[in-house]
Amino acid sequence: MLRKQEILELEKFAKEIRIETLKELGSIGSGHIGGSMSIVELLAVLYGKVMKVDPKNPNWEDRDWLILSKGHAGPSLYAALALKGFFPKEWLSTLNKGGTRLPSHCNRMLTPGVDMSTGALGQGISVGIGIAMGLKLDNKNNFVYVIIGDGESQEGQVWEAVLFGGNAKLDNLIVFVDYNKQQLDGYVDNINPLGNLGEKWKAFGWDVQEINGHNIDEIYSAIQKAKGVKDKSHVIIMHTIKGKGCTFAEGVELNHHMTFTKEQIDNAIYVLEQSPFNSEVDNDK
Amino acid sequence: MINKIDDLQVDKREMRNAYIDKLIKLSETDERIIVLDADLMHSNNTYKFKDRFPNRAINVGIQEANMIGVAAGLSLVGKIPFAHTFTCFAARRDLDQLYLSVAYAELNVKLIATDPGIAATYNGGSHMSFEDIGIMRTIPSMTVIEPTDSVMMESLVEQIAYTYGPFYVRLFRKNPIKIYDSGDNFKIGQGIILREGEDVTIIASGIMVAEALKAADLLEKGGISARVVDMFTIKPIDKDLIIKCAEETKAIVTAENSNTINGLGSAVAEVLVENKPVPMERIGIQDLFGEVGDMGYLKKRYHLTADDIVNSVIKVVNRKR
Repeated sequence: MLRKQEILELEKFAKEIRIETLKELGSIGSGHIGGSMSIVELLAVLYGKVMKVDPKNPNWEDRDWLILSKGHAGPSLYAALALKGFFPKEWLSTLNKGGTRLPSHCNRMLTPGVDMSTGALGQGISVGIGIAMGLKLDNKNNFVYVIIGDGESQEGQVWEAVLFGGNAKLDNLIVFVDYNKQQLDGYVDNINPLGNLGEKWKAFGWDVQEINGHNIDEIYSAIQKAKGVKDKSHVIIMHTIKGKGCTFAEGVELNHHMTFTKEQIDNAIYVLEQSPFNSEVDNDK
Repeated sequence: MINKIDDLQVDKREMRNAYIDKLIKLSETDERIIVLDADLMHSNNTYKFKDRFPNRAINVGIQEANMIGVAAGLSLVGKIPFAHTFTCFAARRDLDQLYLSVAYAELNVKLIATDPGIAATYNGGSHMSFEDIGIMRTIPSMTVIEPTDSVMMESLVEQIAYTYGPFYVRLFRKNPIKIYDSGDNFKIGQGIILREGEDVTIIASGIMVAEALKAADLLEKGGISARVVDMFTIKPIDKDLIIKCAEETKAIVTAENSNTINGLGSAVAEVLVENKPVPMERIGIQDLFGEVGDMGYLKKRYHLTADDIVNSVIKVVNRKR
């Protein structure tokens, strides 16, 4: 459990990530807003509290690893990394512009703090398994975190990796599924539904938890709980909302990739700035 | 030193054994080397590595795509992963993973792919890869090599292991025709002149090197002096040697166990047209699918014999005049 003050700090960090992501995407007028917004609380918990990283030494051998397998959510990862000091915040306004070090989809050779190049969906868990196995061979106790999407879970390679990863019993590997129920063409349930996702992972031998992916305390507690379960690979299915916290994206069916005006961005930032923190609202109850 | 053998004969040592035995030897003192296979350990003989280093051998089962991803992850933490499968699966099932998780991510994965082209014999058309060279050589940073016999294979393992970056090794896994008596300094990227000649150069790779040497013998009887080059590195191609051969013999024939579209012949043609255009012919698979049969049948079926090379040489020499 996190203390109230810690939760509030992480909620502030999450809000900052959202605002910086909006400014970043706003600087080019289009981008993957929906899936960037749905993982913000997770990024806040990972980079604000959980992950062993050194912004001054991004390739530190003893760091924890993060693979953003849904590589199109790069913009919110970049915001989190900039706020942590991996690179100057000014870089954020170069997103997707020629010569930038912040490309639409993650590239480990360009961006300090990005551990793996991704973008073709389905590949991240396999890579995470390889890192986790390599760390175990070297008797290292670092953790490997992989973030995948729900739409991404339609890819065959995901299930190859889930079968193999379950059998490999990698207790140093935690996969997060950003289950925001939407993909490029609309609602997952209208395209190729995932059914009972938790049961599926369980059947493949994983330690499974399902949480509210926008609740800081639940995310943190689930990670701690997973770390306590030995000899099983872990998955945390995060029920989230695509476009969460962005006035013009949340609740919109086709919000995977959008174009937006400066006014829309400014208004979304204004609304975010005015909005209370979850934990404060809960306290008022 | 590289010493060529005098009379062609079947190599007593299987290529897969020359390869894996050397890899095991390197691994005795290098714990970074990891072997991955996708349920072909008893085809590729990688089970020998698993017997010796059970902790460093990973059999993912029949999951070629996942295997490449796992190899990429191992490379991220400093391991030197050698992944194994047949050439057909390497080219067709692993492409996206090799491209993105390995090459684009600048990782150090070695893909050892066996049964190239007609070497898939009794596995037939479904397992025949005529497209793999073309696919692999258009991936930036990928080194593409096709070792010729067990002597060369053994000598290359160390270079493959300790040259950072992705490798595609197109490996005839059984007993090829022996070309080299001994040799420990084969250099990736440098073709080898196996036989001198003045009228034409036959540039070959893999199983076609032996056919090229046989063709040169036949041609000599007919009064044509043919140079033979073993071009075991398809990428990066030995541009200097190709230009030198074009300048000195003024005609080129390529011979490969692969589709002539985007294979060795294409790689050689690219160098010629941009530097020293000379008459050229290409022996190889003429844009066809594979089929089942033994090597003798398949060589004839796809026009990959010494006689086919002789015919192409006569054609190209006539074009010089």
